[in-house]
Amino acid sequence: MGRNGVLVEPYQRLNEVQIEKIHQASLSILLDPGIICFNKDAAQVFGDNGAEVEPGAQEDSWLVRIPEKIISEAVSAAPKVVKLGARDEDNCLVLDGSEPRIHFASGSEANNWLDVDIEPFISKRDPSKEMAFPVFTIRKGTVDRLAQAAHLCEHLDSWDSFLRTVNIQDDDIDDTNKDVNKFFASLNNTTKHVMSGLTDLSQLENVLKMAEIIAGGQDKLRDNPIISFITCTIKSPLQLVDDTSQKAIEVARRKIPLVISSSPQGGSTAPITEEGMVSQINAEILVGIALAQLVSKGAPVLYGSVPVRTRLDDLNDSYGVPEFSQYNIDCVQMARYYGLPCYSTAGVSDVEVPGIQALVERLFSHILVALSGAQYIHYAFGLLERTNTFCPVQAILDNTHIEMVKRFVQKSDFTDDSITECLEQVRRVMGTSHKLYMRFVRKALRSGEIAPPYPFESKGMTDETMLRARERMDEILSLPSCHMDKATVDMIYQQVPGLLPRLRS
Amino acid sequence: MTEDIIALIKENVIQGRVTADDEGMDEGWVGKPGVTELVEQALAENVSVADIINKGLTDGMSVVGEKFESKEYFIPDMLASAEAVGSAMEILEPHLSKSGIEAKGKIIVATVKGDLHDIGKNIVSILLRGSGYIVKDLGNDVEPQAIVDAVKKENPQFVGLSALLTSTMVNMGETIQALKDNGLRDKVKVIIGGAPVSEEFAQSIGADGYGADGFQAVAIVESLASGSGGNS
Repeated sequence: MGRNGVLVEPYQRLNEVQIEKIHQASLSILLDPGIICFNKDAAQVFGDNGAEVEPGAQEDSWLVRIPEKIISEAVSAAPKVVKLGARDEDNCLVLDGSEPRIHFASGSEANNWLDVDIEPFISKRDPSKEMAFPVFTIRKGTVDRLAQAAHLCEHLDSWDSFLRTVNIQDDDIDDTNKDVNKFFASLNNTTKHVMSGLTDLSQLENVLKMAEIIAGGQDKLRDNPIISFITCTIKSPLQLVDDTSQKAIEVARRKIPLVISSSPQGGSTAPITEEGMVSQINAEILVGIALAQLVSKGAPVLYGSVPVRTRLDDLNDSYGVPEFSQYNIDCVQMARYYGLPCYSTAGVSDVEVPGIQALVERLFSHILVALSGAQYIHYAFGLLERTNTFCPVQAILDNTHIEMVKRFVQKSDFTDDSITECLEQVRRVMGTSHKLYMRFVRKALRSGEIAPPYPFESKGMTDETMLRARERMDEILSLPSCHMDKATVDMIYQQVPGLLPRLRS
Repeated sequence: MTEDIIALIKENVIQGRVTADDEGMDEGWVGKPGVTELVEQALAENVSVADIINKGLTDGMSVVGEKFESKEYFIPDMLASAEAVGSAMEILEPHLSKSGIEAKGKIIVATVKGDLHDIGKNIVSILLRGSGYIVKDLGNDVEPQAIVDAVKKENPQFVGLSALLTSTMVNMGETIQALKDNGLRDKVKVIIGGAPVSEEFAQSIGADGYGADGFQAVAIVESLASGSGGNS
């Protein structure tokens, strides 16, 4: 049961010696300079377990020097296989740290939603010439748009798991009801795994109550964790944040799957060199994993690596540069070194709208990070303008491109029998006058073994890719929703406060 | 008995099976007689050649055409069925005249001088045979004079010329000129095809028709045969 993902023969950018050197460098960083911890409980836990803790330079901060023993014990204690459940168990993901089996997910609480409309334009030079071009409109993320994105996820095969796409900014949403509404809008529109950050720790129990009702109880939720959480416990460089550390502690205690992520920016909040970046981010993630295991041994965690590079013209994140993929691939290798499933990153464009630059940037990392064998590749659908904008039409395109990537990276698995069959084909074809293999294509054509033509292909002398992707999006949005049954929804509304009445329909 | 074997021929055309070694569209066909074995058997049992062609091959191909139109079948399926029909027609060719049956027409095909590419020509040949034409394939890198000689010998209604290279497409014009020089141009319709050529090019060298792909090639031959098509 569950989504199979695609098993790859992983591309190894770092050799074994280099991996060991990065590991040692990370351990060295954790001892000197150590980390600055802004969470009292975390400092206490590390101190109780053998770390050297002393008051930090700022009020309510501690300098924590973490010995190798804490890290090695935490890595040993962390589960090597993490199941991400789903409303439909056929959609659950089993992420095995030792197996390079890839899955793709979305991200990442973007503020903007980008609509694409196709409008006719008339040539000024030749008014008889009318052509259709995409016109883009930025709107703010809302709970309805989040629900639409979840609906798209449900119907797009390459989209393995729904990680909330937009930040919901409706007038009737605030920090106290954001979590329950974003989880409800997602869970009510996709039967795939739902992952999100937690805006307000006070809402954790309400979100878990909702998940328990859907899963069928606390034990069933433990067996089939239909939701998981992301916490960016570290603010780079090397600072354990008070709020997110506390969230990580509480989620870990409840044994719900938890992504421990870090997102340093090479050149500003981490060294720009590959080895410097990876040594630091690896140290940062290991600290978060250690914290989770110290408070709750065996808590299911994902090694969450989101390293980016600084744009040196405006100091924004850059996801489109080749170094981004280098950093990420290295992190996947580090996670595999520890045997932990990796939450990695690919498919984001620096540019604001879909088009050639967007395609080049996202496909570059889609392919390369997939080749590395990361178990959970997030940010992979629809993200533009770094991660500020989610575009559903771009997500439609990404789904197709990821399908192509998945087809390409899958591990070759031919057998002696299949070679014998090929030799027979060669001999038979060479005995014909036409010397064509086409009759032997027929079975593969129907079994899904061979790739279909590009579904958004233009037919004339204009690029109609966006038009066709938009048509596909409209088709999907007109399909029935996979809403939960009325009794479940009623129970959720009875027991979980803060849900917007308008989401009930 | 006769009806059984005709029905089997038709079904094997639909399955796209030339011989017993071929798989069909459905499972369980390998090892059972294909179209060629069945046609040989039918001839041995004195089944009418007209029935084999009309009720077996042509009716089978009609079903394939419908399946292709409805997108149940794809080009490889169509080619497999056309190949099966073509193979059957080769067996039946010596029996046509004594059975009082005329083929739909005869066409000489060739890849022109200097060009070794023959995939397109071969696909066109399969489809034409599958449509009931007798195809004489002269191969590739064929000199204009060899085509002239073949036209004199075979007396076809059509000549199909293929080229893949911009450097060899000019030899299509040379071939047409050679037909003119030998007083044969009015006796045959010339159609051309291949990646670098176009409708405009066909007109410029005085060809009678241009097919952008194998299916168009068959369509243009059919329309020229009925006297309704070709370049204006």
